[in-house]
Amino acid sequence: MTPALELTDLRKSFGPAKIIQGVDLSVGKGERHAIIGPNGAGKSTLFNLISGRFMPSSGEVRLGGELISGKKPYQINRMGLSRSFQVSNIFTNMTVRENVRCGVLYSMGYGYSFWRNIGNLKEVSEKTAHILDEVGLLEKANLPAALLPYADQRTLEIAITIAGGADVILLDEPTAGMSHSETDRAVALIEKASKGKTLLIVEHDMGVVFNLADRISVLVYGEIIATGTPEEIRGDAKVREAYLGEEAEDAA
Amino acid sequence: METLVFALLNGVIYGLLLFMLSSGLTLIFSMMGVLNFAHASFYMLGAYLAFTIMEGTSFWIALFLAPVLVGLVGMVVERYGLRRVHAQGHVAELLFTFGLAYLIDEVVKIFWGRTAVNYRVPELLDFPLFTLYGAQYPAYRIFILFVAAFMLVALWYLLKRTRAGLIIQAALTHPHMVGSLGHNVPLIFMSVFGVGCALAGLAGVIGGNYFVTDPAMAVQMGPIVFVVVVVGGLGSLEGAFVAAMLIGLLQTSAISINASLADIFGFLGLGPHTEVGEITIASMAPMLPFLLLVLILMIRPRGLMGEREV
Amino acid sequence: MTDMTATYAALEPSRAEKFRQRTVPLIAFAVLLLVIPLFNPSRSMVTLLNHMGITIVFALSYNMLLGRAGLLSFGHAVYMGLGGYFAVHVMNWVADGSGFWGAVPVFTMPAFGFGAGALAGAVIGWPSCRRAGTPFAMISLGVAELVAAAGFMFDSLFGGEMGISGDRMSGPEFLGLSLGPVDEVYWFIAFWTFIGVLGTYAFTRTPLGKLSEATRDNPERVEFVGYSPQRVRYLVFIFAGAFAGMAGGMSAVQDEIFTPENLSLIPSGAILIATYVGGIRYFTGPIMGAIIMTYMGSNLSDYTAGWLLYLGLMFVGVVMFLPNGIAGIVYGTTDTIRAGRLGEVWQSWLIRLAGLVLIATSVITIVEVAFRWSEGYGEVFEPFGLHLDTTNLLTWVLGVVPLVLGVLLVLKSAKGESK
Repeated sequence: MTPALELTDLRKSFGPAKIIQGVDLSVGKGERHAIIGPNGAGKSTLFNLISGRFMPSSGEVRLGGELISGKKPYQINRMGLSRSFQVSNIFTNMTVRENVRCGVLYSMGYGYSFWRNIGNLKEVSEKTAHILDEVGLLEKANLPAALLPYADQRTLEIAITIAGGADVILLDEPTAGMSHSETDRAVALIEKASKGKTLLIVEHDMGVVFNLADRISVLVYGEIIATGTPEEIRGDAKVREAYLGEEAEDAA
Repeated sequence: METLVFALLNGVIYGLLLFMLSSGLTLIFSMMGVLNFAHASFYMLGAYLAFTIMEGTSFWIALFLAPVLVGLVGMVVERYGLRRVHAQGHVAELLFTFGLAYLIDEVVKIFWGRTAVNYRVPELLDFPLFTLYGAQYPAYRIFILFVAAFMLVALWYLLKRTRAGLIIQAALTHPHMVGSLGHNVPLIFMSVFGVGCALAGLAGVIGGNYFVTDPAMAVQMGPIVFVVVVVGGLGSLEGAFVAAMLIGLLQTSAISINASLADIFGFLGLGPHTEVGEITIASMAPMLPFLLLVLILMIRPRGLMGEREV
Repeated sequence: MTDMTATYAALEPSRAEKFRQRTVPLIAFAVLLLVIPLFNPSRSMVTLLNHMGITIVFALSYNMLLGRAGLLSFGHAVYMGLGGYFAVHVMNWVADGSGFWGAVPVFTMPAFGFGAGALAGAVIGWPSCRRAGTPFAMISLGVAELVAAAGFMFDSLFGGEMGISGDRMSGPEFLGLSLGPVDEVYWFIAFWTFIGVLGTYAFTRTPLGKLSEATRDNPERVEFVGYSPQRVRYLVFIFAGAFAGMAGGMSAVQDEIFTPENLSLIPSGAILIATYVGGIRYFTGPIMGAIIMTYMGSNLSDYTAGWLLYLGLMFVGVVMFLPNGIAGIVYGTTDTIRAGRLGEVWQSWLIRLAGLVLIATSVITIVEVAFRWSEGYGEVFEPFGLHLDTTNLLTWVLGVVPLVLGVLLVLKSAKGESK
């Protein structure tokens, strides 16, 4: 079976700085895969390479077997890959409902349509409402997005990401800055939303990672030093040395 | 040969004036991200103030005082106007300076009238310096050359040899970083804006009597200064210098070419009495900078020597 | 599931709400257009109304760029001008009256303008819309200078300084309108103004219209929901050019002449000011701006030589203190009254109003006295029988004292509001 997402010898340099130095990664269909690593390891850069925000210096990214590296973000999105951002990246002057609707439109086949009244697109409205319901923002649907509290903005970020119904979803630190209870709710939402889909997630909260992920990859200085199930990663000496050890020390 | 030498000399002088105008704008645009629409209005203000000061006293006092006054006006505008709209983003800033240009135009018309004022070259410099190919060359043009060269050296010294200059240089290429160096960014912005406006004012003082001092001079010069900044490239005074010279030479030499398009493209079958064929290079001269602007923005947004895209 | 669908349905405005918020204003506007002639406006008044209609459509088309898509253009008059020029040419073909053109009524000119504007937008927009912000603004400036210069160069297309004129009475009549007298032209303008308002409003309700707002807010995120921001901008640009061209077609019939001046930076700047002062965040803002500016342009200019200065002051004031423009004041006020909060704010509002009146007193005194002084005919500004010349102490008192007091009052009310 072709993997949902496959990275082959992916590299990225900014001038002399080599940020990603040959990453190979294969994420199977339906898998929940987490990427962990210390700050500055290149996790966000990796996401930017996959989603088309940056061009790789060399190497390949394949989505369901098709080459996507070198394509524009909107082309990649149309092929079924959607991402969220570490810093909330929403349409601040529009309402919550309009935000989600922007995420829905293309997948419903309305492209750049200028001959239809958006209010009459029944299936768009229903899909939008359905997603708002799923993420729990139904009550706040008509609020301007800029007025949402932080945790709700993070939720909206996820809602826009899943709105287009992409099969492969990339979440960049979805729980960053959230309280414990907010994190729990976010994890429940991620579990629900990623059902039957492929999920690639960057996350700092180890609790979330070990709960959620089927497999974990550890990225250190632009290289993946280990990939495996949560148990394997926990037991990996290299990982402990390079990364988890520090975390444990920090915790202690 | 004769036309060429004169075109070259005049082109260099025009280019230096353009650089004097655009160096301030480049500094402001690169550091603050504000494309100051009113920049040429400060140039006009310099010319008019110099005219008035010269009537009361002498040209030499005007040469010093007018740029200082214009610089002060600029600082007030930055402090009480621009800083206020800064939070609303670049489009609001652009709109503010657009409105300001409009206001300065109108105020100039109130104080000095709608027609050109008689701002003249000082008598001391009003003589032919030398004769070239039988034509006399006015001393004042060489004076402009000297003032511009002096300004160039002063600016270079300020930027490369003083502490403030180092900060400004850092801010040119990395505008977001300067705040974290612990410098008083608003003060730097205000000073740079003031100095930029003062330079524009200086260009007005020495350019106003070389060209004409009338209420249309800002509108005529404004867009060309933008062109220089964009063509030169963001964050690059060297680029602005090259671009100013290029455009100065381009325009002055194009004006002196009387050939029509038919003369040039006649081999393609363009008739001399067709509408396109009758267009002379000289008549196209005012269009050339804008053609350059659009082309550069489309093809090479970094400009000739810019570090970043516009 | 049924109550679920009920909750979903509650998200959208109800049919009654839609009718009240969208259909009723449009009907009211149409009724207004129909009723105006019943008041027997004078010929000059009708001409003014016609110009208002043209400016409304032009301003709305401009706001498709500035307000909805966040694109600041300094050259929008290019599209109105090209649309208008094409319409004048078509009118002349109609006057020649041979073949197809002989059957075209002059009433349809705005449609030709619409097409020409769209075409111009499609050609020029292609290189312009790659980026927003300052680069877009500068390209629009460069293009405007180029097109205006070309206008003065190609006499057969643009008629040189004299421009090209047409005759609106040629060709077949449409709906029994000869379009000779201005009150017949009124019906023509009223019809197309309504079409323009309806069209630009409908555009805001389409997926593309919504995406243009999204692109304005956050072009990067738009890319990650499957859209190319460049493509969105480009399509919006074409529509904005088309509606501007439509306004040009209206103007061609009303004024029967277009000159290269119509393509220049001056009308482009004027529409920018009108739209912004009206309020770019509201659909009706540009309409208000167009009405006020057209009125000021034709009336205030007879009344005072300083009207352009007042216009500039107003514009800078709006940019600095009222980014939502006049529409922002109108809607802010009605919202406050509707929410029943008038009781809390009326004092602060009164203080602010008093402050603004005082500031205006000083500004008007200064400007009027200065203009009379500058003209040098010894004319004296004499409001309410006062004799304000430059030697009169009262002039200086009126120029300074109310200004200081007014600024203090406005600051006080602003402070009170922030508490």
